Amino acid sequence: MPLQAYLTLAAVLFAIGLFGVITRRNTIGILLGIELMLNAVNVNLVAFARFHADAAGLVFTVFTICVTVAEVALGLALVILIFRVRGTAVADHLDLLRG
Amino acid sequence: MTDPGPLALLAWLLPAAAFLLLGVAVPLRRSAAAGWTSVLLAGAALWAAFAAWRAGTPGEHARILWEWLPMASGPLATVGVLVDADSALMLLLVAGVSFLVQLYSLGYLEGEPPGARGRYFAYQSLFAFSMMGLVLAPGFVQLFVCWELVGLCSYLLIGYWYQRPEAARAAVKAFWITKAGDVGLLVGIVLLWRHAGTLDYLELLDLVDAGTLPLAGLELITVGIYLGAMGKSAQFPLHVWLPDAMEGPTPVSALIHAATMVTAGVYLFTRTIWLFAQTPEVLAAVGWIGAFTALLAATLACVQADIKRVLAYSTVSQLGYMMAAMGAGYAAAGFHHLLTHGVFKALLFLAAGAVIHAVGTNDIFAMGGLARRMPQTAIVFLVGTLSLAGLPFFGGFFSKEEILGAVWVGGHPVPFLMLAVAAFLTAFYMFRVVFIAFFAGPAPGWATAAAGHGSTVARGAAAGHGSVAGHGPTAGPAAPGAHGATPPGGAAHGPGTAHAHDAPWVMIVPLWILALLSVAIGVTVVPHRAPDFEAPAALPWVAVLLSLGGVALAWLAYQRRAVDPDRLGRALGAVRDAALERFWLDEAFTAVYRLAVLGVARIVGWIDRYLVDGVVNVLSAWTLTSGDRLRRLQTGLPQDYVYAVALGAILLIAWSQWAR
Repeated sequence: MPLQAYLTLAAVLFAIGLFGVITRRNTIGILLGIELMLNAVNVNLVAFARFHADAAGLVFTVFTICVTVAEVALGLALVILIFRVRGTAVADHLDLLRG
Repeated sequence: MTDPGPLALLAWLLPAAAFLLLGVAVPLRRSAAAGWTSVLLAGAALWAAFAAWRAGTPGEHARILWEWLPMASGPLATVGVLVDADSALMLLLVAGVSFLVQLYSLGYLEGEPPGARGRYFAYQSLFAFSMMGLVLAPGFVQLFVCWELVGLCSYLLIGYWYQRPEAARAAVKAFWITKAGDVGLLVGIVLLWRHAGTLDYLELLDLVDAGTLPLAGLELITVGIYLGAMGKSAQFPLHVWLPDAMEGPTPVSALIHAATMVTAGVYLFTRTIWLFAQTPEVLAAVGWIGAFTALLAATLACVQADIKRVLAYSTVSQLGYMMAAMGAGYAAAGFHHLLTHGVFKALLFLAAGAVIHAVGTNDIFAMGGLARRMPQTAIVFLVGTLSLAGLPFFGGFFSKEEILGAVWVGGHPVPFLMLAVAAFLTAFYMFRVVFIAFFAGPAPGWATAAAGHGSTVARGAAAGHGSVAGHGPTAGPAAPGAHGATPPGGAAHGPGTAHAHDAPWVMIVPLWILALLSVAIGVTVVPHRAPDFEAPAALPWVAVLLSLGGVALAWLAYQRRAVDPDRLGRALGAVRDAALERFWLDEAFTAVYRLAVLGVARIVGWIDRYLVDGVVNVLSAWTLTSGDRLRRLQTGLPQDYVYAVALGAILLIAWSQWAR
């Protein structure tokens, strides 16, 4: 399979993730969208590592996965805290920054 | 022969020393010695001025100059002294009258608190210094500086009794009206600098003599300079400040508003007549205005009941005479009248001051029969009156007749007629004062007439004061225009003539000196400076007949009472009513003020309120509404921000793809 196939897959994944982030009302859903976008990046990295025969991409991917785990842990903790304080985890209700 | 320059410089600087001494040494100013300090230094200045006059040789001049305001092309201005025949004589007049007035003030202001007296003498010294600087100025710059300084001194001295609102008002009025003229003078001087490149009299005279002074645009310059002279020398229509200036102490009126300062404009013409001669149209206008001023002020003087106001209007009238002579092109004639007028008008004012000092009122109808009570004052006042009326052998005769001749020879028949009528009126109004105040007894008919109906003059009295003149102590503290602190005698007894007596020696001696000078100046100084024209032989007779006619009419009306002044007034109804209202000039000035100043202020106010403020208001309103609309972009929802970021990223990518 050519490189373009992998890149197209990654782009589609990224677009789906972005769509989820923008449209989901549930904050957990938004976090899931972010996960999708990050994994689209991982697909990119692995594909380039394979086609350029360079292991640096693989190393980067491992790091990204670790960071993603930390990010999800932090994000879930925030969501729980917000739910405790505000009594809701729906994104439309979190508009403290409105002008 | 010694050099007159240093002597004149000494005379100029001695009053400055007196002013600084009184100004800096506060204990001296507050002590009783302040007056004597000033008088002694003024006496020394008089001596120096006299010596400078004696030392001068006719037709030559002495100069002491310092550079001032240096520039690459030579100094912009010089300060120093320029002594020639005219300035030496004028210096002598200023120093002499100044000394005599200060001596007289010692007696006149005896009742004042020492601090106020010290202030008065400090101002007097400053005035003498400024006026001498004006007289001795070698060019226009020093002239202008001193010109403004004398204006300042005039303001300070008119407002000497600054607690009285009329005095403060009069001081401000004098200051503003003369200042209006001074703007013209300043503009004229600046234009002259651009025009000729120098402001030095002698250099300018050289330019004029060589014919290298460009004539185009010179009219504006001479008109500007004339405006300054118009304000200072009380020419119509800027004369309205002078009668009000009589709110100051009488010696101040004598020195500043009769003898010296108001003649500054005439003196300026004497100095620079060759410049004005380059613009004959302007000079002719000066003559016409001068003659008209002389006539107008003479009619005004006929209806005044305040002795100082009569003298004030007569000063305006005589200044008109001088300016008429300038307008005819014969500066010497006007200058001679300036000298004789300076002496006899100072005499008249000081004598009037002695009368006011004694009776405690300015109203001539409250006087009467003073010749018996104050014989010396009566004699000197009569000498001054004869001189002002222009009767033979008195100072004013020679100079006034010379002016009439100059105007006639200069080819101005209408101004000549105005001046002739004014000469008749001069004799009439002066002898009216003499007969009413000094000779006629205070008849009961006069007192009732003064209550407000009837004769020309009584109407003037009522209009001016509103108090019944001639009876009781009514006029004591409220005495119109009299002393703020009425001297002993006046207040205690009310304005009665019964207790009046001649003044102390410090006041009488200057009067006698001035009286002798009024006679002597006519027979000594003026004939030595023969006029440079041939007047018709009949002219002196005409002048004398006119004066005698005026005297006779006054005698008939106020001494014999053969002619009823009431009927005389009715015969001249319109003119009398107009004169009583001062020809509505003050109202006209107020109206002009309303129209011009307030009108402009209203327009400027509208522009400020609606244009300037409007722009600012619209801008701030725009800012507010746009801010209010833009804040709605901030929804506060994180997803909207993400959406915006994503959209931005897409746009960036699209731009980076298509832009190349």
